[in-house]
Amino acid sequence: MSFDWFVLPFSIGALILIVVLISRYILWVIKLSRADRRKSWRSVFSFKLFQAVWEVFNESLLHRKIFRVNALLGWMHMTFALGWFLLIVIGSVESKFHKEKVFNMPYDPIFLRYFEHDVHGFWFAEGFTTIMDTILLLLLVATIMAVSKRFFKWIYGMKRTTKLHPGDQIALASLWLIFPMRFIAESFTAGIYGNGGYLTQTAGDIFATFLPLKSLELGAWWTYSSALCLFFLFLPFSRYMHIPTEVFLIYLRKAGVKTPDNKLTGFSEFETYSCSRCGLCIDQCQLSETTGYDDQAVYFLQKLRRNILQEESSHNCLLCGKCTNICPVGIDITKIRLLKRTEFAPEMLFNYRHYENVIHHDERKVDVAYFGGCMTHLTPKIKIAMTGIFRKLNIRYNFVDENGSICCGRPLKLAGNHMQARDLMQENKRIIIATGAKILVTSCPICYNIFKNEYKFDKIQVLHHSEYLNLLHKEGALKLTPNEEKMVYHDPCELGRMMNIYEPPREILEKSGKLIPVQKEKNFADCCGGSLANLPLSEDNRRKVSKEALTKLLAPSPDILVTACPLCKKTFSNVSDTPVKDIAEVVYERMIE
Amino acid sequence: MDTNKTVAVIGGGIAGMEAATFLSARGITVYLIEKEDKLGGHLLDWERLFPTMRNGSEVVKFLMDGVKADNIKIMLSSKLTAAEKSGKGYNLRINENVDLFADAVLVTTGYDLFDATKKEEYGYGIYDNVITSADLEKIFMSGKALQTKQGNVPKKIGLVHCVGSRDEKAGNVYCSKVCCVTGVKQAIEIKQKMPYTEVFNFYMDLRMYGMHFEALYKKAQADFGIQFIRGRLSEASEDQNGGIILKVEDTLMGKPLKLTVDILVLLIGLIPAKGSKEVGELFGLKNGVNGFYKTTDQHTLTNSSNVDGVFFAGACTSPKTITNTITDARAAASTVAAYLFNYRSLERKIEQNEDFWLYNTK
Ligand code: SF4
Ligand code: SF4
Ligand code: SF4
Repeated sequence: MSFDWFVLPFSIGALILIVVLISRYILWVIKLSRADRRKSWRSVFSFKLFQAVWEVFNESLLHRKIFRVNALLGWMHMTFALGWFLLIVIGSVESKFHKEKVFNMPYDPIFLRYFEHDVHGFWFAEGFTTIMDTILLLLLVATIMAVSKRFFKWIYGMKRTTKLHPGDQIALASLWLIFPMRFIAESFTAGIYGNGGYLTQTAGDIFATFLPLKSLELGAWWTYSSALCLFFLFLPFSRYMHIPTEVFLIYLRKAGVKTPDNKLTGFSEFETYSCSRCGLCIDQCQLSETTGYDDQAVYFLQKLRRNILQEESSHNCLLCGKCTNICPVGIDITKIRLLKRTEFAPEMLFNYRHYENVIHHDERKVDVAYFGGCMTHLTPKIKIAMTGIFRKLNIRYNFVDENGSICCGRPLKLAGNHMQARDLMQENKRIIIATGAKILVTSCPICYNIFKNEYKFDKIQVLHHSEYLNLLHKEGALKLTPNEEKMVYHDPCELGRMMNIYEPPREILEKSGKLIPVQKEKNFADCCGGSLANLPLSEDNRRKVSKEALTKLLAPSPDILVTACPLCKKTFSNVSDTPVKDIAEVVYERMIE
Repeated sequence: MDTNKTVAVIGGGIAGMEAATFLSARGITVYLIEKEDKLGGHLLDWERLFPTMRNGSEVVKFLMDGVKADNIKIMLSSKLTAAEKSGKGYNLRINENVDLFADAVLVTTGYDLFDATKKEEYGYGIYDNVITSADLEKIFMSGKALQTKQGNVPKKIGLVHCVGSRDEKAGNVYCSKVCCVTGVKQAIEIKQKMPYTEVFNFYMDLRMYGMHFEALYKKAQADFGIQFIRGRLSEASEDQNGGIILKVEDTLMGKPLKLTVDILVLLIGLIPAKGSKEVGELFGLKNGVNGFYKTTDQHTLTNSSNVDGVFFAGACTSPKTITNTITDARAAASTVAAYLFNYRSLERKIEQNEDFWLYNTK
């Protein structure tokens, strides 16, 4: 058995790391719901395990998603992850060849060159050493990239990178040290015993010309081992926690575990700790762009990990979903934030007696129930357009909230008041079902979201008016005369990123006139700034967010700005000189009777 | 006592006219530059004035008498298109073809009226029977009877205060100062013409700060039976007969209120003029947080700008009543003269307080 005292730091560090990780993971698994726990056990013995392994390979090692968003960054992450992984795997195989036994000490592959001076034959000299040196070279390049990213982030097309706290800094510094130290230690040994590959041997021979390698060798290996130890000890308290955690996250996802709609579980712990702090979400956030505040996704998650999240931080967000959209790890940041709000929300008691006065008593049986939503009542042109279209096409409809309404419940949910929202929803659902309609059409994406996802109607199809109008047009009931006006379309967050409705509004607009594309579209569209989800945001900053989003939308100088949400319309109207219209208005203007 | 000094006054409303009058009295040659084909500005569109109910035309006539002086050159349908510093004064270009030199410039570009279509929830431009206070003045001026679009005598009329003022969402957080008392005045005028029509004013606060305003308000309640309801209109919709259904939160009674009126009048606020923006860009003038021109000091140097030789008068620096505008115009004339003749009074300095602490810009 090969041994030297310098292997101790590495071995102790690794041991502690394993104990910490295992105890944390056990804790989180306990926090899962029973059903989720069952799912996760069961999947160990199923095909899902292979799927998970495949995805771990793709994401945790190859980092495909980061690649897609930012190739340089992807390359860096890939060489680090895959490189290190191969270094360990191939190193283990190599050490087994040398030791000629299957079980050897865990540190053997790490410090092999120190203990094994004899490199003879193809497998050892030209084969393994060449492969191992190549991997080391890639890792050295990755280290240089990582260091340069800290100082020259613009190279990577990033405006901002993540800020570090002390745990991160130590882990980062030790990580930067690990591969250069391995290189130096192996080169020194190679310089003395000639057991290196093309890289380490060449370097070792050069070092030998001017350095007393014999007396420096042991020190170099100590440093290498200590850097590893330091990294392991600080890993659980740093961003690098994501490396082991993401593997489990991927597996749990494959097993079908999710964050439930009403409360956070151990699964969100796995998500939270899987954030690699790649920083891709930072430049997405319009709030941090305009207000310079630092509660965007990555810091929000960091505060969660360190257990220092304040109520204010949980609210300081538009819930626009842009960070979730870009996150390569696929963390549902918006959902975590929303549920965090619930934890802070006070139990409020409401008086619902005024319901009696608003309940709609319309005895006619109709085909379509139209629910404008409270925002639509503030933008009456939309409801005039919709009811106008119904009338002209002789559609039997019932304007459910014509004379006032019960709120759909989503604004309360966005504020974290789930219990109260549930009461509203029950009552509202009853009223809507009473209309006897088969289709529920709403003009408000906020209502649409909750109607579709949480009301769970059995017999009623829920449609946003953009979908409904597009359907009418496709069926031939609705005919349009397009005109020459140039239009741009703004994707509302709730309709786009939250509900994935991108094509219907575009299709019908293309039939109504000239739709010109904008730079940030679909899932990359900006938030209008009007979000109901951020109550602490000052009106001033809200306007700034709106104006910046507007400027980008108006870059192609359209005649009108079209959107499909009363709140977006209202928000943009307040800052725009170019007319802002809802898709329903555009269709109504241009329909042939 | 003619001097060889010239001043360009940009904007021929109340402020411009009165300032021109007082500058000319000091022997200064004045170019009074107005983009419309008439002097008088917004005052031309106002029938009677609060609080006395005097006809606006009488004030216009008074102002016109002032600008008849020989050394006032009135330039109508004229727009300033370029300005360039020349020595201590400015070379100005009017309408692309006229060039003139002025030793100093007095900016009197006034205000614009808030565009009520921006508050879509109130239905202006959507529902026939929603009009603005400015529209109502025009109807009064025309001498025609106030009717609904359907041709009926209105039985109920609502007036909404603070439309586009004191409204963060609309981007105007300030009080426009003149609309409260205009609302009271117009309510009384409606009652005078149609005693059997019920009139409701919906307000957040009533700002009866001027001399005799409070008396006008008392009269509105005691003698005319106008009902003042404290509460903000949240939305308006239309019923089958063209009536306007109002949803108001009555903040005194603490409960929501629903009311249908035949005509809804929106008391629109005053906003920074488009013209101010254009002129401001030519000279590099600074705006304050509310978008009106920023005066050098809040209390003392209220007619001076950040640019040497350029001064302000009237509602281009903040909403003002006619009385205040006339006073301000004379003060500005005096300030411009002090500048031209190097009075020591302009050398005084005062420490600047940032006014931003008042606003939540976080
Ligand atoms: S939340 Fe996602 S996008 Fe943001 S830093 Fe973490 S991993 Fe990257
Ligand atoms: S949801 Fe939007 S506002 Fe909130 S942190 Fe993410 S990008 Fe920023
Ligand atoms: S004067 Fe009255 S109506 Fe006008 S903005 Fe001020 S408070 Fe509102």
